[in-house]
Amino acid sequence: MVKYFLGQSVLRSSWDQVFAAFWQRYPNPYSKHVLTEDIVHREVTPDQKLLSRRLLTKTNRMPRWAERLFPANVAHSVYILEDSIVDPQNQTMTTFTWNINHARLMVVEERCVYCVNSDNSGWTEIRREAWVSSSLFGVSRAVQEFGLARFKSNVTKTMKGFEYILAKLQGESPSKTLVETAKEAKEKAKETALAATEKAKDLASKAAGKQQQQRQHFV
Amino acid sequence: MNSVGEACTDMKREYDQCFNRWFAEKFLKGDGSGDPCTDLFKRYQQCVQAIKEKEIPIEGLEFMGHGKEKPESSS
Repeated sequence: MVKYFLGQSVLRSSWDQVFAAFWQRYPNPYSKHVLTEDIVHREVTPDQKLLSRRLLTKTNRMPRWAERLFPANVAHSVYILEDSIVDPQNQTMTTFTWNINHARLMVVEERCVYCVNSDNSGWTEIRREAWVSSSLFGVSRAVQEFGLARFKSNVTKTMKGFEYILAKLQGESPSKTLVETAKEAKEKAKETALAATEKAKDLASKAAGKQQQQRQHFV
Repeated sequence: MNSVGEACTDMKREYDQCFNRWFAEKFLKGDGSGDPCTDLFKRYQQCVQAIKEKEIPIEGLEFMGHGKEKPESSS
């Protein structure tokens, strides 16, 4: 999930003054949070455009709650790269700026297009877009998905438990495992054998009693 | 403005002065040839590259990187 920003600004100076000032912006009273500035790449292309890469370090100011949540980020300044293309023939400049550390916490990307103001050729307009994103959104989505998966699994167990206890209460033998069935069959066999032995014993003793009766008659 | 490497700040300022003059008087007027600041730039770069390599991961990042196609609406 990305937060998008679109804005437009006007500077009441001509495009060449603005482009020249772009390189002399720092320091100024409003840039106390900008600690260092360095050009780390620069070249003039065959079609007379100036490509530059500027490295800036800025302070990492966070609200107190964020400092508590992300203590590891507090001590580190933010490194920012600003790539730019100056096209004097078309009187335009394009910049793309983004942070290269603290990226797992948040990434802010900004794209600016500087050109001559459509109403006043002595002015310069800036069309500014930005994208603010955080991979923490991915973490919260993962937590949600795990929670839902675990919940679904527990619902399955709930329903199986219900079916089990209902069957038991209604006198049906609940469906058993093969091991359980085998065990039960074994027990039943034992019982039958025992009963048979008992019956045999009983019959035997009854038969012995009858014989004694018969002998008595013959005396 | 300071450089990320304290030792490089003076070299940076020298280069900046040269660049700003060339940029306004030559480059913006259509004369992009004959950059008089190449030596100063080389000296400054040698100083900065050494320092930033130690701490700052700026290798292999595409110029204007992911700035080319981006969705306009928040997804």
